Amino acid sequence: MLSPDELREIEAEFSRYPNKQAVCIDALQIVQRHRGWISDEALHDIAALLGMSPADLDSVATFYNLIFRRPVGRHVIYVCDSVSCWIMGCERHFRHLSERLGVKPGETTDDGRFTLLPIVCLGACDHAPVLMIDDDLHRDIEPAKIDRILEAYK
Amino acid sequence: MPTETPLTKNIRTDGEAPDVKAYEQAGGYQAVRKALSGMTPAQVVEEVKDSNLRGRGGAGFPTGLKWSFVPMGNDVPRPKYLVANADEMEPGTFKDRLLLEGDPHQLIEGIIVAGYATGTDVAYIFLRGEYKLAARRVAKAIFEAREAGYLGQNILGSGYSLDLHLHISAGRYMCGEETGMLNALEGKRANPRAKPPFPPASGLFGKPTTINNVETLCNVPHIINRGSAWFKSLSRTKDGGTKLYGASGKVKRPGIWELPMGTTVRELLEEHAGGMRDGFRFRGLLPGGASTDFLTEEHLDVPMDFTEVQKAGSRLGTGTMIVLDDQTCPVGMVWNLEHFFAQESCGWCTPCWSGLAWVERILKALEDGQGRPGDLEKLASQTKFFGPGHTFCALAPGAAEPLQSALKYFREDFERHIADKRCPWR
Repeated sequence: MLSPDELREIEAEFSRYPNKQAVCIDALQIVQRHRGWISDEALHDIAALLGMSPADLDSVATFYNLIFRRPVGRHVIYVCDSVSCWIMGCERHFRHLSERLGVKPGETTDDGRFTLLPIVCLGACDHAPVLMIDDDLHRDIEPAKIDRILEAYK
Repeated sequence: MPTETPLTKNIRTDGEAPDVKAYEQAGGYQAVRKALSGMTPAQVVEEVKDSNLRGRGGAGFPTGLKWSFVPMGNDVPRPKYLVANADEMEPGTFKDRLLLEGDPHQLIEGIIVAGYATGTDVAYIFLRGEYKLAARRVAKAIFEAREAGYLGQNILGSGYSLDLHLHISAGRYMCGEETGMLNALEGKRANPRAKPPFPPASGLFGKPTTINNVETLCNVPHIINRGSAWFKSLSRTKDGGTKLYGASGKVKRPGIWELPMGTTVRELLEEHAGGMRDGFRFRGLLPGGASTDFLTEEHLDVPMDFTEVQKAGSRLGTGTMIVLDDQTCPVGMVWNLEHFFAQESCGWCTPCWSGLAWVERILKALEDGQGRPGDLEKLASQTKFFGPGHTFCALAPGAAEPLQSALKYFREDFERHIADKRCPWR
């Protein structure tokens, strides 16, 4: 069941679009903000609220890079792997993070602290390589700096 | 030569964006007053047509002409929509971020004037989900603009009304394609639509819709305030205005600069970006994002505008160049680009979902030393299938551009990968 807070936040979006289906991306993001990811149960509840079939909603949910249909850690590390960051050596940082955290891209650490994901160009190419942790952009990344940055995310 | 920088004059590199008061004090919202109280929508369209403003999202379509396609009058379908494309996801592009974070009221003012010119009732800013700071600042600016009477019912007593909403997307390159964006706003997968009908006739929710890029819209208030002749005088070529140019890669000073339209590749690379880093040599560049053809040494004196870059065999695109140096493998770079396009393909058209995956696999094999004779011919033949004209949108044709030009300019590097059975850079 959707929580009262989730319901209230989703219904507040209804006035901004002419029909309920158009709210579905907002609704998925709202529920994910509360729960960290979108379970099958959450998907069915949102679909019912918006008058969509679960299959239709899932086709939208799985389309987006930032909607998670599997649980993720408390913090999500997004490493940009697009062209400018690639030229500036992002593959090295990916390897460094993988080794340090003991996970491959797409995996979550055993303690549930971090999920490591690749992401497409974050639009900060003059400060490549970059990565994002949760909502925070970190620019001009290098291995020693990565280690310091991670300390802030418990 | 000192040049005017209308788009970035209010932007402070390390600080907050101007709030509505600061924006007004810097001359902001004068264009809304001028257009809504003293000009007809048709006059606004004419002024923008005369200015030679061309779309800054990459395609370069004349903005005034696009607006003139929107049906006007009392018996047209309503509500009419306008969508500001802030889904900046073209790899190597970081110009709209600057405008969104640095001066969000400028964008809102552009939307109001564009909305007035096209008789728009409801507008959306379609923002990519990763731009968190931009989301906070744009949301705050919309709130302030509404409080100040620039949005909502009967704006400044003019009789014109406009609602503006911020739509925060959840990350997918396809959403930046204009008909994919309309589907995304309707809560569907962002597959492209068949055209015609074009969005001005039937767009969002089947209603007349105008779609403009952020940088395009940010130019509009200045054209209204200072006129089309002034706007044209900013440029060194026929295309009007300034342009946000950028450079990334192994240059001394990667960055973004507002310069006259038509600034040459060489000036950008050598003066503004400071040339290559010590120990690195220039080999080529993509002039305007991932989906543009490579340019090389022989093109350094090409003026960066829509017409001239096209004559040189590429496209201005977003105007933010990605520089390839001699210590980076061109085959690896193209593999990275095609990996992006293959991943972000929505899967709607066969040449795209099937062809891109195949191309990516061949390029990866070349990089891993498993290239075979005939691979380069296969790659070349795939670029022909990508279009244009074979798919519903420009993703696959865009993906073809860096590949076909790399095969042309860096042929020997590709061949060495096959002959040596390894990547010479690894």
